[in-house]
Amino acid sequence: MTSEAETNGHAQRLEALVSRYKDIDPDDLVNIVEGIINTAQGDLSSVNLKVYGEIEALSRYIHSARQEIASLRPDEITDEHIPAAGEELEAIVGATEQATNTIMESVEAIEQEAENLPPEVAQRLTDSVTQVYEACGFQDITGQRITKVVHCLTHIEEKVHALLETFGEPGERTAREEKASKTSGPGDAELMNGPQSSEDAISQDDIDALLASFD
Amino acid sequence: MAGVDMDMQILIVDDYKTMLRIIRNLLKQLGFNNVDEATDGAQALQKLRDKPYQLVISDWNMEPMSGLQLLKEVRADTKLKDLPFVMITAESKSENVVAAKQAGVTNYIVKPFNAATLKNKLQAVLGAF
Repeated sequence: MTSEAETNGHAQRLEALVSRYKDIDPDDLVNIVEGIINTAQGDLSSVNLKVYGEIEALSRYIHSARQEIASLRPDEITDEHIPAAGEELEAIVGATEQATNTIMESVEAIEQEAENLPPEVAQRLTDSVTQVYEACGFQDITGQRITKVVHCLTHIEEKVHALLETFGEPGERTAREEKASKTSGPGDAELMNGPQSSEDAISQDDIDALLASFD
Repeated sequence: MAGVDMDMQILIVDDYKTMLRIIRNLLKQLGFNNVDEATDGAQALQKLRDKPYQLVISDWNMEPMSGLQLLKEVRADTKLKDLPFVMITAESKSENVVAAKQAGVTNYIVKPFNAATLKNKLQAVLGAF
């Protein structure tokens, strides 16, 4: 039997616990404790035994959850996938900007030439040029959308990082070493990397030289 | 209302250089050739305080100073408060338009826009040309 003072004490401790762990629903906590108490058959020592058993089960559960999370290799997400995706997206913005400027330079030259043509031809040409200018606005719009995606990726990266901090197993950064230790030549899948970024791309001249070196 | 001064000084503000180039070209087609550029609000404000302009065409989404902040600065400045200010932006929610209107925007063009819209809006702001 509990006295009123004792009950108040429990209530205060429960509140303190909830304020420390913001995401815990106090009702859940009460249900768990009640569940543990209700499974107790008979005297206090059996309650202790049951509680101990429950805690042990919980510990095993947390341990296996950590192992499962580690086996998903979240470190690859933060170390490889997200940075790679970010670089690809930045390359897209750079490439569209460059192409858009080239297109506009050419079209500006065409517009200049229109001045030397008969008026009705010049008008048709200028109308088309205007449409090209309008269409070039895609670079600004897509750029803004891609910037948004980069922000989303950064957010995901932070979340995964937090998950790693909380549940990650130590010594799990072995994925890349494992990958690097594959000694056979690259397979077809590894050879399909898509367009290269300008800094690690090789030029047509480099390729020609490489081809010539086989002769 | 007298005719529109086609030699007026216009300041265009956008963080995307391609967009500045597009707006500059479209303004040229309309007959406006005195066009200056800025790539963010702070830079634009500096230019506006350095020499007189008759029109500002600005993007919204810019760092470190946004187009809306620029607009508020312009409207709060005794020398600049009556300057025609047109927003050209991809932000197209009604709350954006309301916020811009409350801040004193003269007109609002949503991206992607075409040359005809630009002309209509400028005529609404400046008068027929």
